[in-house]
Amino acid sequence: MSTQFSFHGGVHPPENKHRTTGLSVQTAPIPAELVVPLSQHIGAPSEIVVAIGDKVLKGQVIAEAAGRISVNVHAPSSGTVVAIEKRAVPHISGMQAPCIIIETDGEDRWIEHQGLADYHTLPKQELIDFVRHHGISGMGGAGFPTDVKLHLGDDHIVNTLVINAMECEPYITADDMLLREHSDKVIKGIEVIAHLLQPSHVMIGIEDNKPQAIRALELAAKETKLNLDIVVVPTVYPSGGEKQLIKLLTGIEVPTGHIPADVGIVCQNVGTTAAIYDAVFDGIPLISRIVTLAGEALAQPHNMRALIGTPLEVLLEAAEINQNALYRLVIGGPMMGFTVESQSIPMIKTTNCIIAASYEEMPPAPPANPCIRCGICEQVCPAELLPQQLHWFAKGKEFDKAKQHNLFDCIECGACSYVCPSNIPLVQYYRFAKSEIRNEEAEQRKADHARIRFEARQARLEQEKADKEARRKQRAADAAKAQAVKKDKAATSPDSDKAKSGEPDLKALKTAAAVSRTKLKKAQKALQNAQDKELDGQDKLKATVAELEVKAEAAQQAFDQAQNAPAPAAPVLDIKQLKTNAAVARTKLKQAEKALDKAETSGEGDIEALRVKLSEQQAKTVAAQAAYDNAESGGVAANSVSNEKLEGLKADMEAALGKVNKAQKALDTAIEGNSPAVEKMKAGVEKLQAKYDTLKAEYESTQNLAPTAAVAVSSEQVADLKADMDGMAAKVEKAQKALDVAVESGSPAAEKMKAGVEKLQAKYEAAKDEYEKAISPLNSVPLSIDLEGLKADIEALSGKVQKAQTALAAAQSSGSPAAEKMKAGVEKLQSKLDDLHQEYAQAGGQLPEPEPEVIDPKALKQQVSIMRTKLKKAQQALETANEQGDAEDLSELNAEVERLTSLHDEAKAAFDAYEKTQVDKAAAEGIDLKQLKIDAAMARAAVTKAERAAKKAREEKVEDLSGIEQQLVVAQQEAEHLNQTLSRFTD
Amino acid sequence: MEYVIIAVLALLGLAIAFGLLLGFASVRFRVEGNPIVEQIDGMLPQTQCGQCGYPGCRPYAEAIADGDAINKCPPGGQSTVEALADLLDLEALPLEGGVEEEPVKTVAYIREDECIGCTKCIQACPVDAILGAAKLMHTVIETECTGCDLCVEPCPVDCIDMLPVETTLNTWKWDMPKPGVQLIVTDRRGEISEEGAA
Repeated sequence: MSTQFSFHGGVHPPENKHRTTGLSVQTAPIPAELVVPLSQHIGAPSEIVVAIGDKVLKGQVIAEAAGRISVNVHAPSSGTVVAIEKRAVPHISGMQAPCIIIETDGEDRWIEHQGLADYHTLPKQELIDFVRHHGISGMGGAGFPTDVKLHLGDDHIVNTLVINAMECEPYITADDMLLREHSDKVIKGIEVIAHLLQPSHVMIGIEDNKPQAIRALELAAKETKLNLDIVVVPTVYPSGGEKQLIKLLTGIEVPTGHIPADVGIVCQNVGTTAAIYDAVFDGIPLISRIVTLAGEALAQPHNMRALIGTPLEVLLEAAEINQNALYRLVIGGPMMGFTVESQSIPMIKTTNCIIAASYEEMPPAPPANPCIRCGICEQVCPAELLPQQLHWFAKGKEFDKAKQHNLFDCIECGACSYVCPSNIPLVQYYRFAKSEIRNEEAEQRKADHARIRFEARQARLEQEKADKEARRKQRAADAAKAQAVKKDKAATSPDSDKAKSGEPDLKALKTAAAVSRTKLKKAQKALQNAQDKELDGQDKLKATVAELEVKAEAAQQAFDQAQNAPAPAAPVLDIKQLKTNAAVARTKLKQAEKALDKAETSGEGDIEALRVKLSEQQAKTVAAQAAYDNAESGGVAANSVSNEKLEGLKADMEAALGKVNKAQKALDTAIEGNSPAVEKMKAGVEKLQAKYDTLKAEYESTQNLAPTAAVAVSSEQVADLKADMDGMAAKVEKAQKALDVAVESGSPAAEKMKAGVEKLQAKYEAAKDEYEKAISPLNSVPLSIDLEGLKADIEALSGKVQKAQTALAAAQSSGSPAAEKMKAGVEKLQSKLDDLHQEYAQAGGQLPEPEPEVIDPKALKQQVSIMRTKLKKAQQALETANEQGDAEDLSELNAEVERLTSLHDEAKAAFDAYEKTQVDKAAAEGIDLKQLKIDAAMARAAVTKAERAAKKAREEKVEDLSGIEQQLVVAQQEAEHLNQTLSRFTD
Repeated sequence: MEYVIIAVLALLGLAIAFGLLLGFASVRFRVEGNPIVEQIDGMLPQTQCGQCGYPGCRPYAEAIADGDAINKCPPGGQSTVEALADLLDLEALPLEGGVEEEPVKTVAYIREDECIGCTKCIQACPVDAILGAAKLMHTVIETECTGCDLCVEPCPVDCIDMLPVETTLNTWKWDMPKPGVQLIVTDRRGEISEEGAA
């Protein structure tokens, strides 16, 4: 069958096929080394599944298909994988690509392989996979994986299967020889494909220059049941092009950018069909192919079935190459093939021809001349393009325009170049333009991809920023909330917080209370001073005092509250009172001592009784002093008579007693034994004794705190009070009698007298109360109350006396008979008043000097400095006035300055006088006041130091504390002594 | 006179009608943004390298749309300049900085032995092409790398190299045929014999 269709253009290059068709297909020798590229097809390179050193058998898979468009690669012969590396591959660029290098063992041992018994019964998918796994890809030129094409029936209606047996390129005869020798295989392979694609019509296109192949095909085709036509077409290049062949056979033109399947046609190469036959019927993968060895440099040009991966040199040797004659080694046909430089390049699945051309056969391309716009290229173009235009566009890099002129429909057949009178390498221009456009498109895709990623990143960063900001705000809000909650808590439960930190706070509170008290006192003094001397700024001072009072009270309250602990109700003892008690006790002790001395020296009186009294007094003194000390040093003992404390003290005391006894015994022994350490031991015993005494005193003071304090009010005082009371009782009686007389005589003064008697009665009761208070052991009545009471009594009495006198005078003038009696009453009252006066004098004499008589050195000093400041201000004002020459002001200011100067001098004189008296007082006793002050300060410092050392030692639990404690005691005594001396002059 | 008034009124009416129509259309069919920016951005290489002085390709595209020079993109090369010139109908200026040849495409490569895992390059990469974590080795995802070089500067140990992109079989390009050597006829023979002898 011949065709009435034709395609546009085409050329008739010399065929040069006859030289290779003379010999039958030979089997190429197995090379020592096979180089199998991983990428012999279009699509993704296969993935290596062997390792270096692996033994492989012929037909064993050495690389697996990776991805949709890919096929397996098999070991062409048995041997060892010696390397997996980059080697030069058959490519126009001459570049290297990854290859598996197998060192053959020459045995050519097959792996177990088997064809399909009946492919008809197999599901199509499995059959297609079978083809895929046998590594079959298009053997015509491009090497498109065959299995992909076999799938086309799935989504296309395939009407026609076109088998390409054209082999239009010069020199190549591989398909011709295949058809001549194995046309049955081709037909059976077509049957397999037809089974998969189910076309209604199969057409085998073959050029009329292969009569033997046509005959063989026709013979083989007789056996098939397929609707198969063998279409013989005139020889014209490039009728083997897929689209050209389809046009030629069916008259259908495949549109631009579409594949033949889109118009219901699938095209396969005869070589591929034979490979499919091998795979399906014999299980032989695509590991060899027929390759045409042609060219004038070969002595034996012929077709060879060669293993894939066989280096070209092996094949060329087999074809008896004359290396000297070799000018150009071309893979593929002369029209579309490419020149390679190396003979070690392996042949691959698509290598259908190797031309070893001589110089004469393929001379170098003559230099290109300018295009003369002859238009012949257009006439021969099988794709109906405008090669000349495309050339211009490519040369001018106007790729867009080239694209618009359907550059990508060019099949690069080279017909235009072949006919070009100017020898312009047109195809090369088109290839250049195509690769440039492809590259640009790839870059564009990459740029778009990069832009997407960039924008995604920007969006992400912005989101992160926003999130961070949101989180920050959230945190701030949370923190604010937490703060608020905290504040609320603090506001609702400040007491509990304080209670928690009670212990450390106590001291601070105490200090605060003490400080505020001191401040208050100072302020009060200053105020008093100011009031007395009618100084300026009293209001301010008053305000300050009030303020300080409040503060002091608050501080004291806080302290008390904090102290709460075991005895919150325990009365805080007045330290001053205690001090006074102690001083009184000391004085009495001295008195008693003196009395004893006197009695002893004179030998008179009851010395024994005096002694007892003295010892009693001593104990009292010690107790009073201890109470005072305790109260001053923190008031723990003063606060409560704590049993625990008492017991602790007792235990301490007993321990100390034990120690003393022990030491005494040791001392006795030492004395008996005449030990040299006796002196030292004696001192130690004494120290221990002192310690014991201290402890005992402490114990006693703690135990008898309240009673001793009361006792310390002194029996004398109580006796005085009693006398007072008795006197009052007598007075009341007398007054009562007088009243009675007056009433009897009907004196008009009776009423008045009655009131006086009642008053006296009240007075008496008050005195009685006082007395009771004084004798009550639990009450420590301040002495000053006595004094105050007496004073009040005196005043009341004097008032009464006056009234009584007035009443008497009235009675006498009116001639009342009761006048005489009244007179007696008045006299009695008078005498009572005198008594009270005396009593008062007595009590006052025993007490410290009243306040106004005490000179406050601080107030004096303050006064002096205030005066000085005022004086300076006035002087400044005067100077200013002087400068301004204000006469009136000047005189006024002068007067003021003079007044202030005198005031200042006065204050200074007062202060100086005071100081002088103090110094003189001290000097009178042979003491340098200044030196004394310094000594006292030093002693205090020594005490503090010793205390610290003791504390530290206790903390560190040093066992021998006695030395340190002794030091402390000594230092305390010294300091006490000096302080006392000093206080005499400075208080 | 009457006709004149009628004509004037008729034209006035038409003018008002069309004015309203145009006004409506301009509101209803408003184009958001400048479409030319998209086109310019599409032409730029999207390396986001900032060599133009703008923080990325799009800002430069916007700047070009606002009248900036079109020759500030070294990664795009002269071809980009020409494409932009075509698009904007401007004169194709030579590339700023006088880079005549096509720029060599590069890709960042981290010498992984030297990487200390500081993540600074990760932060610098505009297209998230660097993978790694703090104190762990980083590596460049080669296919995502635009070769912008921005990661080289921040690296404290200078372990990033910009390597030219290797040509593979897939990216290999045909060269432009050398322009025909203009030979006079008598030279032709000699040239051939010379080559033949070689």
